[in-house]
Amino acid sequence: MNILVAVKRVPMTGGRIVLRDDRQEIDTRHLGFTISPHEECAAEEAVRLIEAHGGSSTVLTLGPPEAEEQLRDALAVGVDRALHLVSDGEEWDPQATAAAIVAAIAAERDAGTRYDLILFGNESADAANFQVAMRVAAALALPCVSGVKAISLDGGRIRCEQEVGGGRDVYELELPAVVAVKEGLNLPRYPSVPGRLRAKRKPLEASSPQRPGARLRKLELALPPGSGKQARILGSGADAAGAVVEVLAELGLL
Amino acid sequence: MAAEVLVLVEHAGGEPDELSLQALALARAYADGLGGAVSALLIGRGAAGAAGVLGVHGAALALVAEHEALEDDTRFAPDAWAASLCELIARRSPAAVVAAGSDRGNEVLARAAARLDQPMAANCLAAAAVGEGARVTRLRWGGSLLEEAELDGVPALLTVAPHAVATQRLDAAAAAVESFTPALREEDLRVAVRERVAAPGGGVSLADADVVVSGGRGVGSAEGFAAIEELAALLGGAVGCSRAVTMAGWRPHSDQVGQTGTKIAPELYIPCGISGATQHMAGCKGAKHLLAVNPDPEAPILASADYAVIGDLHEVVPAINAAIRKAREAR
Ligand SMILES: Cc1cc2nc3c(=O)[nH]c(=O)nc-3n(C[C@H](O)[C@H](O)[C@H](O)COP(=O)(O)OP(=O)(O)OC[C@H]3O[C@@H](n4cnc5c(N)ncnc54)[C@H](O)[C@@H]3O)c2cc1C
Ligand SMILES: Nc1ncnc2c1ncn2[C@@H]1O[C@H](COP(=O)(O)O)[C@@H](O)[C@H]1O
Repeated sequence: MNILVAVKRVPMTGGRIVLRDDRQEIDTRHLGFTISPHEECAAEEAVRLIEAHGGSSTVLTLGPPEAEEQLRDALAVGVDRALHLVSDGEEWDPQATAAAIVAAIAAERDAGTRYDLILFGNESADAANFQVAMRVAAALALPCVSGVKAISLDGGRIRCEQEVGGGRDVYELELPAVVAVKEGLNLPRYPSVPGRLRAKRKPLEASSPQRPGARLRKLELALPPGSGKQARILGSGADAAGAVVEVLAELGLL
Repeated sequence: MAAEVLVLVEHAGGEPDELSLQALALARAYADGLGGAVSALLIGRGAAGAAGVLGVHGAALALVAEHEALEDDTRFAPDAWAASLCELIARRSPAAVVAAGSDRGNEVLARAAARLDQPMAANCLAAAAVGEGARVTRLRWGGSLLEEAELDGVPALLTVAPHAVATQRLDAAAAAVESFTPALREEDLRVAVRERVAAPGGGVSLADADVVVSGGRGVGSAEGFAAIEELAALLGGAVGCSRAVTMAGWRPHSDQVGQTGTKIAPELYIPCGISGATQHMAGCKGAKHLLAVNPDPEAPILASADYAVIGDLHEVVPAINAAIRKAREAR
């Protein structure tokens, strides 16, 4: 079987977000980059499913030239090949993102690769639009389940479990299907050194789609108001325990 | 015709969901800007019961979708919900369609947006009509960043960030209730819940706990959590952790607090050995009080803390446990 996984390069923001002066982007000058934990789990799941059932996995990103780093990371944990839709560095809106992914899937089909399963993160780490997977599924007329925390394959069917208040909802879909997953689906492996070396030689195909006009346009970013809190230091080490107990009593928790 | 804002209202046990009432409040403000009215769409068993009370929350009209495939909530079919919503949109040409930024609200609205090929803005805090579109303030990065954005086209499709908009109670009559039967096709029922598996009971759930005691990388090992578990038990709370801990395999992901974990809202949150990365803090913004245990007085977590103990959690936490026991014995 063939599995496609879509991932998005995002900055690793650490303890505090700093915006650029023009307030259009996060200031990433001192930051590393990564993908969403949801997408890491999607890539891990693709690798496991191919290990168990045979076939080939492909990772796709729409992102700047530097996003090759995130594709190589996915190749390093065992994905077989990569598709890089090289963007101009601007963030594409969700409709444009979905259209580019749909076009890439169509081009793959024309070249002889049909995907049985297309995996997404439930939401991108930065923009969190909660929609690209559903748009791709609708354009391809494929069934789609989101928020998935467990997957199993049985012949031509996929069983997906979604967490809901008080339990889990179970869906069963015919393949081909689109599934958007959440962290907790599996425990992703760390890339090994041999994995990283192999990743350098794995096939990566790049193309440069044209960005259409955005219909959801970012005007400006802002930081939410700070907590304004000034922590009361209760003490250092074990000696602070008495002061902690006093706080617990104040809060009615003793 | 006056402008209409249509709200997808989720409900359970004959009561509208809190998050849907928050969505109604944002919809009300949007409609007020247009001099228009708010109507609600409710789907599934118990809908009619939940519909009447929507009047005081600003909906003049409640439209109840009735279809045998929509009756049973344990057979939720997201495309059938989207189809029902799109049918109403075609019939009523609303200026905006609003849903809660819940799992279900986001997913149904995204499916409707895909069918209509219209833009959608998720997790909005505020929204207003501007020309043939809307201007919104929305959350990025799990709430760590705000975005001002513009959206083209009518209807504007919006979901409302959970617990960010206050619900309202107006002095208004009960909503008028009308039912309709959406024309569902077989494809709309292709994706549907087959089975609901109940969660194993017992223990305090992380999302609902009054006290959460979490450990981060500073705990050092799975065994290192013993004192943290003990403190949580002493306070009748739940154990949480950071992603560094889940990735190390020390705790299951169900314990993870944060942007891609569980969102908590306890009376007291006690993060131990957690630095306070924005993605962790995205999960504990709802905590009323925060007590950090960390040897680093410069750790970012202190900027969000009400109280802090500077020190090694392996000394501090057992000492707190002993002091709680002693204080309780003395009473
Ligand atoms: C898109 C995205 C989503 C994410 N989602 C989440 C999420 O949902 N939840 C989450 O937690 N993270 C999430 N992360 C990861 C996050 O960015 C941080 O990497 C993570 O929270 C760090 O965990 P930590 O604080 O335990 O570790 P560190 O950042 O390494 O901090 C360890 C802390 O322990 C302290 N310490 C060390 N020794 C001791 C000791 N003996 N006693 C007491 N303190 C000690 C140190 O001073 C330090 O402050 C996400 C990241 C991304 C990019
Ligand atoms: N630029 C992108 N490149 C590849 N995949 C993406 C991109 N943006 C979003 N996605 C995928 O779509 C999912 C949902 O994104 P969103 O709708 O933005 O929340 C993400 O978790 C990714 O799997």
